[in-house]
Amino acid sequence: MEDIASFLSSLIRMSTPLLIAGLGLVFSANAGIVNIGTEGFMLLGALMGCAGSYWTGSAFAGAVIAMVATMVFSAVFAFFTLNMQADQTVVGAAVNIFASGLTITLNRIVFDTTNGVPVIETFNAMPIPGLSSIPVVGVLFNQSLVCYLAFLAVPVVWYIMKKTHIGLEVRSVGENPRASDTLGINILATRWWTILLSGLLSGLAGAYMSMGQLSFFTEGMVSGKGFMALAVVVLGCYSPVGVMGASLIFGAGMALQYRLQAANTGIPYQIITMLPYVITLVAVCGFIRKSRAPAATAVAYTKE
Amino acid sequence: MAYLELKHVTKRFGDLVANDDVSLTVEKGHIHALLGENGAGKSTLMNILYGLYTPTAGEIWLNGKKLDIRDPKQAIAAGIGMVHQHFMLIPALTVIENVMLGYKEISHFRLNLNQAAQRFTALAEKFNMPISPWEKVENLTIGQQQRLEILKALFRNSKLLILDEPTAVLTPQETDTLFTLLHQLTDEGLTIIFITHKLGEVMDICDQCTVLRQGRVAAANLPISEIHSHEQLAELMVGKSIDLVTHKAPAHPGDTVLEVRDLHYTDREKVSRLNGLSFQVRAGEIVGVAGVDGNGQSELVRCILGLLQPESGAVYVENADVTGKHPKEILAHGVAHIPEDRYKMAMIKEMSVNENLILMSYDKEPYATHGVLHWKEITRRNEELCKKYEVKTPSVAEQAGRLSGGNQQKFVVGRELDRAAKLIIAVYPDRGLDIGTTKYIQSRLVEERDRGAAVLLLSTELDEILELSDTIMVLYKGRIMAQIPQKEAQRETIGLLMAGVQVSGSAAVTEGGTVC
Amino acid sequence: MEHKLTGAKLGRLVDKIYFPLASILASFLIAGAVFALMGFDPVAAFGGLLSGSLGNLNAWGETLNKATPVILTGLSYAIAKRCGVVNLGAEGQVYIGALCAVLAGTELNLPAPIHIPVTLLAAFVGGALFGTLPAIMKNRFGASELITTIMFNYVALYFVHYMIAGPIKDMESGSNFAQSKQMLETAQFPRLLAGTRLHAGIIVALLALLFYQFFLFHTTRGYEMRVIGLNSTAGRCAGMNVKSNTLLSMFLAGGFAGLGGACELMGVQFRIMENAFNGFGFDGVAVALLGGNASGGIVLSGLLFGALKSGANKMQMKSGVPTATIYMLQGLIIVFVVGKKMFDYHRLRKADSKHPAKEAA
Repeated sequence: MEDIASFLSSLIRMSTPLLIAGLGLVFSANAGIVNIGTEGFMLLGALMGCAGSYWTGSAFAGAVIAMVATMVFSAVFAFFTLNMQADQTVVGAAVNIFASGLTITLNRIVFDTTNGVPVIETFNAMPIPGLSSIPVVGVLFNQSLVCYLAFLAVPVVWYIMKKTHIGLEVRSVGENPRASDTLGINILATRWWTILLSGLLSGLAGAYMSMGQLSFFTEGMVSGKGFMALAVVVLGCYSPVGVMGASLIFGAGMALQYRLQAANTGIPYQIITMLPYVITLVAVCGFIRKSRAPAATAVAYTKE
Repeated sequence: MAYLELKHVTKRFGDLVANDDVSLTVEKGHIHALLGENGAGKSTLMNILYGLYTPTAGEIWLNGKKLDIRDPKQAIAAGIGMVHQHFMLIPALTVIENVMLGYKEISHFRLNLNQAAQRFTALAEKFNMPISPWEKVENLTIGQQQRLEILKALFRNSKLLILDEPTAVLTPQETDTLFTLLHQLTDEGLTIIFITHKLGEVMDICDQCTVLRQGRVAAANLPISEIHSHEQLAELMVGKSIDLVTHKAPAHPGDTVLEVRDLHYTDREKVSRLNGLSFQVRAGEIVGVAGVDGNGQSELVRCILGLLQPESGAVYVENADVTGKHPKEILAHGVAHIPEDRYKMAMIKEMSVNENLILMSYDKEPYATHGVLHWKEITRRNEELCKKYEVKTPSVAEQAGRLSGGNQQKFVVGRELDRAAKLIIAVYPDRGLDIGTTKYIQSRLVEERDRGAAVLLLSTELDEILELSDTIMVLYKGRIMAQIPQKEAQRETIGLLMAGVQVSGSAAVTEGGTVC
Repeated sequence: MEHKLTGAKLGRLVDKIYFPLASILASFLIAGAVFALMGFDPVAAFGGLLSGSLGNLNAWGETLNKATPVILTGLSYAIAKRCGVVNLGAEGQVYIGALCAVLAGTELNLPAPIHIPVTLLAAFVGGALFGTLPAIMKNRFGASELITTIMFNYVALYFVHYMIAGPIKDMESGSNFAQSKQMLETAQFPRLLAGTRLHAGIIVALLALLFYQFFLFHTTRGYEMRVIGLNSTAGRCAGMNVKSNTLLSMFLAGGFAGLGGACELMGVQFRIMENAFNGFGFDGVAVALLGGNASGGIVLSGLLFGALKSGANKMQMKSGVPTATIYMLQGLIIVFVVGKKMFDYHRLRKADSKHPAKEAA
């Protein structure tokens, strides 16, 4: 029972960053953007969250700083892919390369890592009275505020995407920008704000990784989770509910990885570490057929 | 006072002048034809009116007020609606979602689809165009999609409706229905601008006509009473008197080259696209396939070429069973293919003309031996080919995408015809071309027929089919409705067959009247 | 084809050189500003970078050595891209190539003239086979290579870490680090220039470049790949097999990357240690993008990034700017190269020059 509870708790914590980044990507992906720069955004978010927390003494202030920083950073991606019409994948790759250099550099400038890792404020658990004392599943209600918000955001995003003009516009821009243009939808503006939003949420996802899962930043710590967030969106068929489901599956893989490492199974830890990546590979091969990308995915829009 | 007035509108794209000092006036409640060849600047002009382009110079006056339209939103607000030639619909969304996109009169945030659906249904019923608001657009027929586009504009209270080549995708009967609807709309007080390159339509339905030629006005606001013949319009359109008829001698068909037996094809969505097609094309004849776009034309061609695997049935080229064979093997039987969309299927616009011209024969001698290309030989041969097929290019090293559309199509046609193929499959070979190039390509196809090639011609332009084919085959929902020799073919009958109406043998030869 | 240097050709040549140079210049200006903002001296930093990479003969040797693997990973990205596949997996292919090279270089006993080619071949085949995995997944399941190649990078990384910590761990040297045995001398590259560490890897890189150029532009298979990369539908209509070309392009891409790993191993590192090849894959992406996927461009950009890498240490010594900043420079150069519209002098000359193709018909 203890094991199950700790697995569940770990599952939620592992799923949360994928879910947060994935919900942001639901907007930009539906608008026709493939943003592999998510990896770099999360990395920057992870660092800036810690830096913010270190400067202000508050994890939430850190998260806000992370979100603002990544949103500014994602504006670069938006400018080059939308205004300069550069290839989205290429700019995404550049963002990742830049972010890896930037975070390493800033990390060494901001924190004097020669004297060990400084202690910072992290996201504290916020037990929900009553619910959190239920045996086994109570751990689900003993998470940080960010976790609760992430899961509560799922129906909100669903409502926006399906029931409002905003959602309809985002979906139509991704499906047929030219048709949307003839109806007076501003393609550039729509794609801009979806990229900024997804950048902002990637920052929060990164901050949660460094301050919710770990208690500090390490170089290259995102290690593919940004790409997993992309996979989560594809597997979740571009819908927020699907994204939640896929995040939980990937989260389960990562939780299992940590359980196996702790359980002393005799399997070398390097092999166990591969597990989430292998699960992602299997998932994209097994289930991707059912998912249909918006028709205008990764196509720059030229107003004739 | 004129309802709509365009004054000295000019639009430049770089060095290209798409519209040069265009002025015209449209009366309220009229149907005004905008006539011109492909590339004459009709669509550009209307896109300016609809706010998609900003004019370089000139003024637009609507209902006595000067309009300054910078984007479609303002055009829509001014009561202008446009049905584009390529429908501006989003197939993955429902009908009502398409209607509501960008329409915020009801609410700015919530979509309120149910309320909108009620209004939409009432509107659709009023104009006798029943479409379910909850259907996905990808499940609608082409005709339904066009009606949806018109309803979309009416839903937004458009007072001026621009229709860009609306009949291009319709059967003659559907065209009649559309014309009835347009009259119903003008009775309601709407004004309609009708873009077309078909001369007959102008005479049939319009009150006035403006002719554009190479971006300039060749004749403005011509009342229909002053138009006496097709030739008169054609001359205005082209600028010189032209022969509208392609000359061709009677066919002398030989042995069967292509035989299709009971072909069935079902696509990934489990929709049956071809339902037991059987036909033959003999050497020295042109078989034309008439039909509304989307009735199995492209599936038929792809199954013949091995680009799709048929579910059952067989395809023979010169008695060899090529069913399900790799495209390369089928092409090797002497099959040439002028595809429906040259940009997508027949050329690589980033590559040079030289590299494009070897697309079908790059691995054959003398172009290559042992997998190594011989550029000198390739260049020499391609330079000859460009001369022979009148491709205007500075050199074969020029990037293909920089050539004009007509020259691009010429080199595609040249590449395919120069191989002395036994079977030529030509799909919409003159789509988007001017009359001169169209006539050139048509006469080349006839020459190939006379040389002894079997030609399978697909076109949505019924006139072209009627004119060029020795035998006309009508395709409807993946079935052959009839095969009719050219002499016996009637526009009306074929139109009915295209709409799926079975016509008895005797009815096919009622009413006199010439083809075209 | 046409050999005369016509006006149009000259214009295109200027295009080819103008944009990359403008990009590099802009990137250095921005990087300099960022250094200054962080409190470093940009003049000292770039001075260190320059003297560290080109200051003396030894530095030149280092630059060429550093350029070797990134030219090869650049070719890896480029050949896949020419066929329309985005290979973000060169990193993993480098690791697997290096692993195969280490096995061949430590387990076989051969004279050098045979041992070196055999080791290179092992690396090529290893990287190539590993590279085909995402291609198979793409062909068979439609799985996007953007995701799969990245995932395979981590699989390869952890697999190699497992190997060097276990099965092929160096037990003899007495060190407790996870590392492989050292390559036998017969499998090590000879030095090319006395007084420098310049090794024969650069020759492998140049041969690979020649192969790349000849294969793409003078063979039917290369022609097929280019057609498919630019317009796969047209390729299919012409009877080309898209899947087999995808497979071959990723095979070659993996092979080039594997060679990159082998060259670094046989000329510089001689044994695999943890994270020894990190960054090589994405260096290659940067090299290929700056070089416009053309062989000449890849050489030049490979040398530039080689110089950045070899000068980075001296830059850190002289000005305190961390070596990781060269990744920032790389990222900047890429976005400027692909965002070249920013420097479009045609646009400055005549505004609104775009026109819809169909209207030009």
